[in-house]
Amino acid sequence: MEKILSKHFFNPEARRLSFYLQNDGYEAARKALTCMSPQEIIEEVMKSNLRGLGGAGFPTGRKWSFIPKDSPEPRYLVVNCDESEPGTFKDRHIIEWTPHTLLEGVMIASFAIGAHQCFVYARGEYVRYANILQTALEEAYRAGFFGKNIFGTGFDLDVMIHLGAGAYICGEESALLESLEGKKGWPRLKPPFPAVSGLFGRPTIINNTETISYVPVIIRNGGEWFSRLGSLKSGGMRLYSVSGHIRKPGVYELPLGTSLREIIYTYAEGMRNGRKLKAVIPGGSSTPVLTAQEIDVKMDFESLAAIGSMLGSAGVIVMDESACLVKALAVLGKFYQHESCGQCTPCREGTGWMTRILHRILTGRGVKGDLENLVRVANNIQGNTICALGDGAAMPMISFVTKFREEFESHIFHKRCTAVR
Amino acid sequence: MPTLTIDGQPITVSKGTTVIQAAEALGIYIPRYCYHPGLSIAGSCRMCLVEIEKAPRLEVACYSQAADGMVVHTITENVRLARRSVLEFLLSNHPLDCPVCDQSGECDLQNYYMEFGLYQSRFLENKIKRRKAYPIGPHVMLDNERCILCSRCVRFCDEVSKSHELGIVNRGERSEIALYEGRELNNAYSGNVIDICPVGALTERDFRFQCRVWYLNRTASICPGCARGCNIEIHYNVLRPYQSKGKRILRIKPRFNPAVNKWWICDEGRYGFRHIDASNRLRECEAQTADGVIPLGMETALKTAAAWIGESIEQHGKDSVGFFLSPELSNEDLYAILKLARHLGISKIDFRNPGEHPGFEDNFLIRGDKNPNRRGCVELGLYHRQRENGGWMAEEIKQGTLRMLVAFLQDLSLEPEFKAALVSLKRLIFVGSNSNATSEQAGLVLPSATYAEKNGSFTNFQGRAQRFERALVPLGDSLPENELIARIAAHFRMPEQPFEREQLLLDLRAEFPFFDQSTLDPPDVELAYQTTIAQREHA
Repeated sequence: MEKILSKHFFNPEARRLSFYLQNDGYEAARKALTCMSPQEIIEEVMKSNLRGLGGAGFPTGRKWSFIPKDSPEPRYLVVNCDESEPGTFKDRHIIEWTPHTLLEGVMIASFAIGAHQCFVYARGEYVRYANILQTALEEAYRAGFFGKNIFGTGFDLDVMIHLGAGAYICGEESALLESLEGKKGWPRLKPPFPAVSGLFGRPTIINNTETISYVPVIIRNGGEWFSRLGSLKSGGMRLYSVSGHIRKPGVYELPLGTSLREIIYTYAEGMRNGRKLKAVIPGGSSTPVLTAQEIDVKMDFESLAAIGSMLGSAGVIVMDESACLVKALAVLGKFYQHESCGQCTPCREGTGWMTRILHRILTGRGVKGDLENLVRVANNIQGNTICALGDGAAMPMISFVTKFREEFESHIFHKRCTAVR
Repeated sequence: MPTLTIDGQPITVSKGTTVIQAAEALGIYIPRYCYHPGLSIAGSCRMCLVEIEKAPRLEVACYSQAADGMVVHTITENVRLARRSVLEFLLSNHPLDCPVCDQSGECDLQNYYMEFGLYQSRFLENKIKRRKAYPIGPHVMLDNERCILCSRCVRFCDEVSKSHELGIVNRGERSEIALYEGRELNNAYSGNVIDICPVGALTERDFRFQCRVWYLNRTASICPGCARGCNIEIHYNVLRPYQSKGKRILRIKPRFNPAVNKWWICDEGRYGFRHIDASNRLRECEAQTADGVIPLGMETALKTAAAWIGESIEQHGKDSVGFFLSPELSNEDLYAILKLARHLGISKIDFRNPGEHPGFEDNFLIRGDKNPNRRGCVELGLYHRQRENGGWMAEEIKQGTLRMLVAFLQDLSLEPEFKAALVSLKRLIFVGSNSNATSEQAGLVLPSATYAEKNGSFTNFQGRAQRFERALVPLGDSLPENELIARIAAHFRMPEQPFEREQLLLDLRAEFPFFDQSTLDPPDVELAYQTTIAQREHA
């Protein structure tokens, strides 16, 4: 299978504009800007079945088509590079190793939606990689790929890279916009959705870094070509961030629909030290956990949804029999408690409550009823919050406790951990 | 104009109306913490979750806009569960110090718990400790442990007072209401954050530990602090004097009036009730004799007053007696005085608030004119009797043509001209509630009731004559001015009947069409600062 984004990962040369241009760089953008109309680009992206790869999986072409047409209002493109989902590190690789692919995607997407200003919002911790992207951007500016009158078409585009302060919540699109506007990163009430009223109250399209980075190849090779790479409803390829107790952690670019077993045992070369697989989180820490028996699932949006989980950001976290799942969940709980923005009640109070229960269980002070209470609190959060962070905190709680109940009960009733040391 | 159905009842509302407003119009009360009709929508407390058919999850009623064909359910099992869980979350880290909390009794955590909660606590963890009970401004105390972060106070300071003192700092469960660095909550409207705080996080420094709120009586009134005439409610405690160190009035709260003050009042008005129980209140009639000041019985005093007026008219003519009125008198008082003056043929009438300078004014509520009823004086024709030179009365006193003056409320000596003239006055009767330099010079002092102790109406600068009701029994022997006048009038063979309150109003309206056309706002009992019992019973 030919790689698209990861072809030149780990090759420092590939960051340079000269290298990128030798490999047909910015040709797709030239094609889009000179030979295609915005409408044609959007249709091509629709054909490709490209879906939002940040986690929600919303069809990208459809999202772009929501932007009001023939309106004199300025509109913006925002690239979400706030990759903060635990277990996910694909966007970092993109801006670290192939920043020009993202920039080319930005150019095409901006042209498609009629934006003349694009913001790339990178998380605060990515300062090193944002600098790489900045260097690439400056290189592209010098070569005349950005700024005024791109390719002599009269299309202007400016790109600004903005570093957040490192809050998980700022990856939520409306909180990201608030943060970009200089305010506290609190999610907004919806509707209106950003495509109608987003950044500074203007129509705004927010896409994940990976999503935008796949746009050039779609324009170059056609939407249908890309669509055929993946499964029926989820087009193309995807970067799977694989981490945990496996021999070869890393980012693997594979077609959507590759089975989880294949990812773990073929690409990541199986479990470490001959230990047995216990649990896998398939799509970043917010997605419901899978047991060892469930890994034959195809890694695409529909197949995972069918077994009650989510593809999310495709951050695969593999845990073997040495992992204490109570501890793992307590760590996750702590993360959500720390990262909840505090705006709405269920998430603000619930995440802390769940974490405290888990901490009690972990330190041998669990009591009968704790698990029921934990699940009840999680259920009370889920669906009642402003944004999806609450759901993201609740789903692992419910799935861990449901699927690995004995382990939790052992901690509560026998004060003993069942993990194999 | 979308038509929607809420709990089976159809209603047509204007575009942009939210579900919570539409429900309220139907008399369906949806519990809320962060929603306040006078502030922007936060949608953060999640208490107002309702079920909307075809929506995948529960929606907040405060933010969902009414749409045609929308079907809303506010009392399904899911909604009940959601309300209970939100309450449980809010109370999980709440200190539950109700026994020492001033909000107790008018707290929405208590109210909603009794209505929608009633669960056994399953919170076994340690509660988060936060900073408790510290002043954040001259009038407001903050208790971070009790706060539920509804952000009403933050939005009030951003949107209504536009002074931006408060914000929410930190993230997640460490979030707290805090002042911006170097700031203090000392804007002219700071007290309103206490009213809109649904819990005991923001409490009044002045009212702190004075009285349990369920011992308070409430009476609708009008703020006499300036020409705006904000609708207020007087909260007083007379049955349990031991509760509040003998103070009768304990606090003033705003009363909702969309045309005048909406939900708000300024701090000056809120704390402007001190004179009512002040130590300089005149409690009994006094007369100045060669032996000094001696107290008089009311009957004797009124008889003396009538005799003085009668004598002066008889011996020196009608123009030897003058009345000096005050724009702080109510419409009824002014009218009663005018009636008496007309009966006696007295035309030397002036009104003013001596020593007054245009006060602080803003473009929200506070007016520069600090008198509640200047417009009333004008509409009663008093303005036209005022001669061009403001000091004409002082001049006539100096010349000896004006020998006797009946002065109401004000301290005349604040005007240098008057101060010099008062010495040459033969007789001075002072009618007022509090003593001042003029009352000390007066030969006869008649104590009058304050606005909280009488019925009446003030006409605000917009021309709205707004009625206020008696909250307290007048202190000591004092009586409302119109009653004093009525009883003096009786000595001049004037029937007492036209001075009766309702008759007075009828006559007033018949004679001055202004008071007939203008909206004479009835004092209603709708409370602006909290949900009423009646509203809650609907839920």
